[in-house]
Amino acid sequence: MSATRVKIVACGSIDNGKSTLIARLLLDTGKLTSDEREAALRGGDGAALASLLDGLAAEREQGITIDVAYRYFATPRRSVVLIDCPGHEQYTRNMVTGASNADLALVLVDATSGVTTQTRRHCRIAHLLGIEDYIFALNKIDLVADPAKVFAEHSRAIDALAGETGLARHNIVPVVATSGANVASRASDMPFYTGPSVLELVEDFAPAETTEAGFRLPIQTVLRGDGSVRRLAGTVASGAVAIGDVIVVLPGEQHATIAAIHVGTTAIDRAVAGQSIAITLDRQVDCARGDVITTASDPAIVADQFKADIAWLGDKPMLAGRAYTLKLATQSVSATVHQPDYRLDIETGQHLAARTLRKNDIGTAIVTTGRDIVSDPYNDNRIMGGFILIDRETGDTVAAGMIRHSLSRSQNIAWQQASVDRDAHARQKGQRAKILWFTGLSGAGKTTIANLVEQRLYAAGLHSFLLDGDNVRMGLNKDLGFTQADRVENIRRVGEVARLMTDAGLIVLATFISPFRAERELVRAMVGDGDFIEIFIDTPLAIAEDRDVKGLYAKARRGEIKNFTGLDSPYEPPEDPQIRVDTTAMTAVEAAERIARYLLRELGTIDD
Amino acid sequence: MMTALDLLDTLEAEAIHIVREALTSASNPLLLFSAGKDSAVLLHLVVKAFAPALPPVRLLHVDTTWKFAEMYRYRDAVVRANGLELIVHRNPQAVAEGINPFDHGALHTTMWKTDGLKQALDALGCDLALGGARRDEERTRAKERIFSLRSARHGWDPRRQRPELWHLFNTQVQDGESLRVFPLSDWTEIDVWRYIEREGIALPDLYFAAPRPTVIRDGNLFVVDDDRFPLDGETPVERVVRFRSLGCYPLTAAIESDARDCAAIITELVESDAGERAGRTIDREDSTLEGKKTEGYF
Repeated sequence: MSATRVKIVACGSIDNGKSTLIARLLLDTGKLTSDEREAALRGGDGAALASLLDGLAAEREQGITIDVAYRYFATPRRSVVLIDCPGHEQYTRNMVTGASNADLALVLVDATSGVTTQTRRHCRIAHLLGIEDYIFALNKIDLVADPAKVFAEHSRAIDALAGETGLARHNIVPVVATSGANVASRASDMPFYTGPSVLELVEDFAPAETTEAGFRLPIQTVLRGDGSVRRLAGTVASGAVAIGDVIVVLPGEQHATIAAIHVGTTAIDRAVAGQSIAITLDRQVDCARGDVITTASDPAIVADQFKADIAWLGDKPMLAGRAYTLKLATQSVSATVHQPDYRLDIETGQHLAARTLRKNDIGTAIVTTGRDIVSDPYNDNRIMGGFILIDRETGDTVAAGMIRHSLSRSQNIAWQQASVDRDAHARQKGQRAKILWFTGLSGAGKTTIANLVEQRLYAAGLHSFLLDGDNVRMGLNKDLGFTQADRVENIRRVGEVARLMTDAGLIVLATFISPFRAERELVRAMVGDGDFIEIFIDTPLAIAEDRDVKGLYAKARRGEIKNFTGLDSPYEPPEDPQIRVDTTAMTAVEAAERIARYLLRELGTIDD
Repeated sequence: MMTALDLLDTLEAEAIHIVREALTSASNPLLLFSAGKDSAVLLHLVVKAFAPALPPVRLLHVDTTWKFAEMYRYRDAVVRANGLELIVHRNPQAVAEGINPFDHGALHTTMWKTDGLKQALDALGCDLALGGARRDEERTRAKERIFSLRSARHGWDPRRQRPELWHLFNTQVQDGESLRVFPLSDWTEIDVWRYIEREGIALPDLYFAAPRPTVIRDGNLFVVDDDRFPLDGETPVERVVRFRSLGCYPLTAAIESDARDCAAIITELVESDAGERAGRTIDREDSTLEGKKTEGYF
């Protein structure tokens, strides 16, 4: 019986001894051959040990590592794939690639310098890619004057970093890679540390209990043997399946029961995540490569629009609106990425305004696919939530993406066509349904102006409704906060509500800061371009802050409110609004009059 | 990802996944079959991946005419047993010039193997070739992708290789480009032997210890396979030897060993510490394995 396998991504900055530590692990687990061992120990200072891993001639010439390398070693209990990520040039691209396949992260920290910005960067990326377990190897502990004190100090800093970046579990081990102390065996001369060595931690590693994940089988190919029997072949992405289970073929609604499961020609009763199988169903279904078989009781999401974290890997920057090929599990579709909501500052975790993503940037954006695809959020399922984008001209893999949530859940719900539709509802009210979307900073005057507009409409005999940001957050959206993700969801829900109201034939006045262009465009797309009127209440930050009707700016400045638009969260002004109201140049009443006249002209109620 | 599956089950499942991804995306794929243990394991996995159907791939043997006689017998038997189509290519220029390892040194490998492979792939219009190379064989290979992109001239550019995330493989190629796919990338030599033992995969007898006629040159132990081996006044001595790796017979050295079956070989490997390719004298010639790859060698 062989050992189970673990994949470890090793990361560290230049010069903190990562190559030496890896070479030491290979050496001390007997992976090196006798001549390599002799070469490795030459000089005794670890330099030869590290150079053992420099594989390519270009790397040897430059004395650096330029690409992700894979190393293998085993102990009687564990078989290990060590994914070695260079820490300098192209660090994000390499880290994202390495971490995407890892169960565990080994983070090198130099005891002579402690936690650095690079350490933060590595942890943040590994965390983003879903790694929950971390081993911090505090290397060169022999080079500091008071190792016990330094170990305690750095441990506090690492604990703080782990808390700040949200790492689920971590261990800290003081090591000396050149001598091997606490690497493969415990050090005998470190009284301040009596815990396990790095290798012991690797051997003892047990992945966190995953919640009962739903069964997912992305179909790779359909096999036809003798006769008419068809087997659907794929690798189980998550969960388990047994003969007799009722499944559904997504996208679609075909149900069937599992009649047989095979690995090669061997029949088995049950299959689990990771197995490459072929299943036979009890009836003929229409199924091809790209479809996903799931348990009927717990299907995946079928949708064509997502919010995703995207790591840009290509040399050329991302082009919003351009068609890329998106590959997720066995599905390949055309996809466009919207302008990013923000770019992540990988060192601080701050969200920065961004128009595009460049090589090694990570950001959040909406992705729209050319047709419905089957997926799960990345946090629930790495295989069903992770995708790549391919440049159609060069064939290069230009991005890695992680689905956070879908924005358009079609999930087996067919849209009910009402026979009395939006136009009929509106005709009965003698009007046309419209959305007046008021966007602008907090305190810009959106609600004040919208109220005045609604009074004008009411007086003109029109049927309207005012959807106010604060009011919606007290009810429908009271579960949402002010993080970027929650803001996106806030606007998505409001957009849906506004859409339903326009379907009822109403004129909807929506007053929301709605800082991101992408979300406003999303609402525009939901209700239809012609019925969406974007109104930019343009008040400079200084004036809005000076008014501070609700006292929010003062609170935000005191640090009591985080992610406050205009201060520590970006506002993206509309590029081409139908109406722009400069509140420094006109009064609220004048603004309302102008908006009302615009609308009435649109409705054909007045002409001039 | 880590699963409760044991190591061999995990490796097998991943390799089958890769093979299916490769063969369903290619229009004219080939499996490079050398009659060695790695290509035997690869063929076994390819058959398993598509059972009960026949795998949609033809086998290509780039023949140097200098393989051990037993490798040819083994190759033909395996192909017959699986019902697959085998294409054998021999570089016509090398045939005409009588290129051989005794007189032509490095040129032998370049012409028969590197040039021969490129000729065959071009002539057959191959857009994807499956091979049995592993990352732990040699340190250059540690950075090789599973789906390795080759230019229209079969060159390998380490800086143009695509990042490989999760279990997603970018199979898109432009005109003339092709992919070399290595489903055994994450396997080690021991894994290969344990899998051969578990699955009962047939191999050439040369991998197992037996008394064979040998001569020693430059400290390497060579088996005198047939009368094409020019003896320089030496008398072959019978020794109990086997091969860890099989190439062209004069270029591949044997090791003294008593390991007559898989179990004994695994024990020997656990205890031994010589490199697997140590018997391959071509790796030690002027150009490195990396240089050979850049030019199009497998």
